[in-house]
Amino acid sequence: MSQSIPSLRLDNVHYRWPGRLAFGLRIRDLTLAPAETVLLLGESGSGKSTLLSLICGTIMADAGTVCVAGTDIAALPAGKRDRFRAEQIGLIFQQFNLLPFASVRDNIVLPLQFAPQRRARVADVAREAERLCHDLGLPAGVTSTQAGALSVGQQQRVACARALIGAPPLIIADEPTSALDAATQTTFLDLLFAQSRAHGTTLLMVSHDARLAGQFDRVLHMADIAETRRD
Amino acid sequence: MIFRLALGSLMARALTVGMTILAIALSVALFLGVEKVRTGAKASFADTISGTDLIIGARSGSVQLLLYSVFRIGNATNNLTWESYQDIAARPEIDWIVPISLGDSHRQFRVMGTSLEFFDRYKYRAGQSLAVRDGALMDDLFDTVIGADVAATLGYSVGDPIVVAHGLASFSLHENQPFRVSGILEKTGTPVDRTVIVSMEAIEAVHVDWQSGAQIPGQVTPPDVIRQMELQPQAVTAALVGVKSRLQVFGLQRAINEYDEEPLLAILPGVALQELWQIVGIAETALIGVSAMVVVTALIGMMATIFSSLNERRREMAILRAMGARPRVVLGLLVLEAVVMAAIGALLGLGLLYLALFIGQPMVDRAFGLWLPIDLPTPREMRVLPGVILAGAIVSMIPALRAYRMSLADGMIVRI
Repeated sequence: MSQSIPSLRLDNVHYRWPGRLAFGLRIRDLTLAPAETVLLLGESGSGKSTLLSLICGTIMADAGTVCVAGTDIAALPAGKRDRFRAEQIGLIFQQFNLLPFASVRDNIVLPLQFAPQRRARVADVAREAERLCHDLGLPAGVTSTQAGALSVGQQQRVACARALIGAPPLIIADEPTSALDAATQTTFLDLLFAQSRAHGTTLLMVSHDARLAGQFDRVLHMADIAETRRD
Repeated sequence: MIFRLALGSLMARALTVGMTILAIALSVALFLGVEKVRTGAKASFADTISGTDLIIGARSGSVQLLLYSVFRIGNATNNLTWESYQDIAARPEIDWIVPISLGDSHRQFRVMGTSLEFFDRYKYRAGQSLAVRDGALMDDLFDTVIGADVAATLGYSVGDPIVVAHGLASFSLHENQPFRVSGILEKTGTPVDRTVIVSMEAIEAVHVDWQSGAQIPGQVTPPDVIRQMELQPQAVTAALVGVKSRLQVFGLQRAINEYDEEPLLAILPGVALQELWQIVGIAETALIGVSAMVVVTALIGMMATIFSSLNERRREMAILRAMGARPRVVLGLLVLEAVVMAAIGALLGLGLLYLALFIGQPMVDRAFGLWLPIDLPTPREMRVLPGVILAGAIVSMIPALRAYRMSLADGMIVRI
């Protein structure tokens, strides 16, 4: 993959919410270079979640192109798009990231199940899960516990390990720290940055919290790149 | 790993999943149980009489003759004269012949006059013989041997006096010639249990003072006088026959059916039992239908459980979708869970059935004379298990398709 191809590029994307006629989201341009860390600030209701769904390909743009690692996801058939998402993108949500009844290990390796190429990059899946947990400061032996038994902060770290495993080129984090207290927030972000730098991963974090801005290469405001409008 | 996730998800909802599995297990156990009882009843029914080659009576229908001679249901339209009986008994093909004389009753039970040979010749359930539980066979003219149900219902024990009534449900009693219970038979599960057995001579004895079905007024012959009398039966109701060689059965049957002196009928008990079962068998089909409906109900219950779990599991499905699972995987996961539930339920049901059989078999035999064999499931029963699992998979497709559509619409962000 050449350095010149952006990790993520949205070009003149237009999306209209179903059921709410004449209410749409328009993104003129959003481009992320490889290994770039970007913080996207926006208030709730500014279309952040919709933007993330567009990038992940679970909803499709009505107009414009969404390219992940140079591939126009609209050109992929639905099944391939799901696999493409698993191959290319590591996802961390605000909360309720994990399958509570499954073990930490199963949660971490879940995306590999649907992404053979990403799976091939990991020699020993179980050991890699252990390593990530260790690097993210989770207690030893945590991989065999049930995910639902962990604290919220620990669950977010497991979600982080899941996003990182198999080193996907792009990590998208949707307010990953909002459920954490200030001290845990900082630790969590430090760990996330350390890991994504180590793998040369592009990081797009969406948040409403401007205090996080200092650690990122670039800060964007939702209001600058996107407009919600009635037409 | 998908299988592990399905198991984990089921385990997380152990209570509702457990209840669903229990419902399926009970319904499968019921269905298989009905099947067992049905085949058991059919076998017991077919085993009501064995070892008898022909039943002979006055000409009527074969089912009717079987019903009154073996099951004590209904009445003979005509009797077989003693001359004809003697004539047939003298035929060379005949190995043994046992007369049966019916027509009187005691309370709700039929009285059957027969010879002592009846106790040797009457066989049921694969050649089993009648056995006396208490007392002994008839010794005196006014002795009677009663079936297990008669003793249990009327609370009789050996030595008790019995007064036989003339005809059925009649108020004219043969009260001048009381009988004594000399023996009580073991439970057999056959109509013998509901029969009061006396000797052929006793039937004549109680009718000494009777003529054309009515008591001769004022005439009372004391039992001791009767004992001295020559008690030659005038007629018999039916006769059980054994032949020397089974090859002669059809020849003898034809000969009796074409008997010149009197219109007679000879039937093969097995064939007549088959005919009768075809009539009774309608109830069996209804029973199977009802228990199949119970299985369907349990599976619909499972479908309802899956439906109601869908909402609380939207996030779980959204996580799977976000991690790259196609909607098809979500659908497959739900169907897999249903298959696991149905499979555990079906196997548990099979286990429950055998447990119930082990515990209940002696009780059912004692109470109803119904022998339920404990053996390996028949191929027919084995087909029920995959059938239930398949039906479970099909039924679960409905909520699974809904989950499929929901997860397509939700994508990875659930708004709850």
